Amino acid sequence: MTLLTRRRLIGSLGAGAGGLLLSGCDRIAASPKVQDVLGLGEGLTMRAQRLVTDRTALAREFAASDMSPVFRTNGNTMPASDAYQAHAAARFADWRLELDGLVRRPQKLSLAQIRAMPARTQITRHDCVEGWSAIGKWTGLPLKLALDAAGVLPSARYVVFHCADDFDGAPYYESIDLIDAYHPQTILAWGMNDQLLSVGHGAPLRLRVERQLGYKQAKYVMRVEAVDSLARIGAGKGGYWEDSADYQWFAAI
Amino acid sequence: MATQPIDRLRVGGDLIYRQRRPVRAWHWLNALAVIVLLMSGMMIFNAHPHLYWGQYGANHETPWLEIGSDGERGYLRVGPVTIPTTGVLGLAGGEERAFPPLVTIPSGYNLAAARQWHFFFAWLLVVPGLLFWLWGFISRHVQRDLAPTAEELRPRSLWQDVKDHARLRFHTGEAARRYNVLQKLSYVGVIFGLLPIMVLTGLTMSPGIDAAWPWLLDLFGGRQSARSIHFICAALLAGFIVVHLLMVLLAGPINELRSIITGWYRLPKERDQ
Repeated sequence: MTLLTRRRLIGSLGAGAGGLLLSGCDRIAASPKVQDVLGLGEGLTMRAQRLVTDRTALAREFAASDMSPVFRTNGNTMPASDAYQAHAAARFADWRLELDGLVRRPQKLSLAQIRAMPARTQITRHDCVEGWSAIGKWTGLPLKLALDAAGVLPSARYVVFHCADDFDGAPYYESIDLIDAYHPQTILAWGMNDQLLSVGHGAPLRLRVERQLGYKQAKYVMRVEAVDSLARIGAGKGGYWEDSADYQWFAAI
Repeated sequence: MATQPIDRLRVGGDLIYRQRRPVRAWHWLNALAVIVLLMSGMMIFNAHPHLYWGQYGANHETPWLEIGSDGERGYLRVGPVTIPTTGVLGLAGGEERAFPPLVTIPSGYNLAAARQWHFFFAWLLVVPGLLFWLWGFISRHVQRDLAPTAEELRPRSLWQDVKDHARLRFHTGEAARRYNVLQKLSYVGVIFGLLPIMVLTGLTMSPGIDAAWPWLLDLFGGRQSARSIHFICAALLAGFIVVHLLMVLLAGPINELRSIITGWYRLPKERDQ
């Protein structure tokens, strides 16, 4: 098999028979069985990473002099919904963060209330799945404090972040497990680089879950929901990119 | 070896047992892993075909290397040097893609799938690789067959081997039982240099691993430096594969393939003086 692959590869590069190879490879790649096998690697990677690394290890925090001069925006930079735009125009004065699901005391918190709560500031690196990195300073409410205020029930296993933005009508959302939800650096950021979070970067609140890739850092967080399973949310894979393009839910690699 | 009496020097034409089973098994597993990793890695690179040095690097920074297209011409830019690459890199077959579909897994743009392939085959690189290291030291394959001797490392013998390679005068008879010194150095360089650096720089790109093992960031000078080193070592590995295959062709492809498939190798006949 290897011999064949290598010989075919070399041969096709020389002889221009690449089309055959391509269609063959893509047919193999697209088959559900192959996808299932490759998916085993994803589970193995997550378990191995959790096994060999400290679950409470902190992502590196940098000095102010290490920050990116320009922190580029990515994904949606202005949610399309009228409701969001009205809130943005009013500087989120009447906006409330909803905290519900498997909790004892569902919460509705104003931005003023959230900013009055204890805050954590961290200068961390943001890594896009595409490969680029930018270092920025984030200030926000540790998610643990918000979850403790709501009283998470023992049956909860994941925290889902429902967002105001969408792609072609499919709302953005993301989810993390409780290991990351209670991690000290996991915050609902309302400030960035010593200013209030801008709309381009996810105002009024953006999740920072520092040991994972950029697509987990949900912007425009409207609602935080504790759930026991991701199956009933969206298409069931735990996030917009996971549902729409099969990106890995465990985005720590 | 057990089937061979050891008291007689081998001569050209003799069939010898040259590659033991773990060497052969690892060679092919690793060849498969490395090729899939290179091809899926090129698709991952296509998502952001710019390389930087340091902790951070994105579109506002100046890359030291980039592959791109201005819509009509593809180019590879390294520092101040721009090399036209239309038809190969940047722009090929009317498609703007850093590496062309022919060499990527999947062939079309699909970052999620490429990552799935890459991380699966990374396991096939790491686990058999570690087992091979372990076996290599225990069985003394590394010390006996791969490590160059002090004699071989003397400038004169190194230079002699360079000249032999340049003239395509490969070892024959008894001398062909062992790897030559350039061969040893390249194998050691891949097994104990390039491959572990690939794994470590790959891990350095993981935000989860960085949190647990921040020394990786210090070792390579930041995530973007690690990404650059990952790419450079991938290019060196690709170069090794090309030279390796070329040497197989030049040294006698049937005999070489038999030896890495069955283990048995026919010593090349001595040249007429």
